[in-house]
Amino acid sequence: MNDFNMMWPLAGGLLIGLSAGLYLLTTGRIAGISGLTAAAIGLTGAGFSKLGIGFLGGILAGAALASAFIRQPEVVVTSSAPLLVIAGLLVGFGTRLGSGCTSGHGVCGLARLSPRSLVATLIFMTVAAATVFVVHLVTGGQA
Amino acid sequence: MMLARILAAVLCGLLFGLGLVVSDMINPARVLAFLDIAGNWDPSLAFVMGGALLPSSIAYWIRKRQAAPAFDDRFHVPANGRPDVALVGGAVLFGLGWGLVGLCPGPAIAALTTGRWQVGLFVAAMLAGMIFHRLTFGRPSPATQ
Repeated sequence: MNDFNMMWPLAGGLLIGLSAGLYLLTTGRIAGISGLTAAAIGLTGAGFSKLGIGFLGGILAGAALASAFIRQPEVVVTSSAPLLVIAGLLVGFGTRLGSGCTSGHGVCGLARLSPRSLVATLIFMTVAAATVFVVHLVTGGQA
Repeated sequence: MMLARILAAVLCGLLFGLGLVVSDMINPARVLAFLDIAGNWDPSLAFVMGGALLPSSIAYWIRKRQAAPAFDDRFHVPANGRPDVALVGGAVLFGLGWGLVGLCPGPAIAALTTGRWQVGLFVAAMLAGMIFHRLTFGRPSPATQ
């Protein structure tokens, strides 16, 4: 991609950080999407978490609103169906085993200077970059 | 205060969804372009992280000076522990899946709004992976309660 413009990611990042910060100061909880998703489908406690369902519903509404009024997203998914299934299983299982994803460990964990989150973030970033590198080697650049 | 917490969750989710679209992190191709450090590198994700850490860090700093959040009687943030095997193993598996298609949980949920079947399939598999974890390793993760 050659259309990089730092204002978009910076503005989007500020919104995501504002979301995580407000969620902490209002509900006292970590805005980690893997955890909220697991809670929403009833995997973390008694019943389906209303906070999880509310947060995920908010994400859907926010994404739809922004797509309609701010910026039409171009979502390019070139992966095959079997690859999507394997990757989805790995992301779902891995984020639960590792207690978090890009938001919980990355945005919230680094903000609160958690050593566990720093380790997790460095590992999943490095492994993801290495995976992209290997996939490109194997496929000759056509991932 | 439960209703206030739910409203806060919806509002924060809304901001989160807006941020994912504005930053274009909803697009797996852009995330993969960031992870592709040997190729045509796109630094967007670094700016998203930097932008997000600013308000987030301020909030976690404010938290230290408060006894409780606005709508609950205590904070539900885990104490800082040491990394363990589960954390490392989970991060490796997550990184592998993330690098394969460029979708992590937040953007995957947000990208459902595009109606693409590929995103639906990924999210269905992701939920299956979470359920499989619950059935095998059981214990709910304390960090995300």
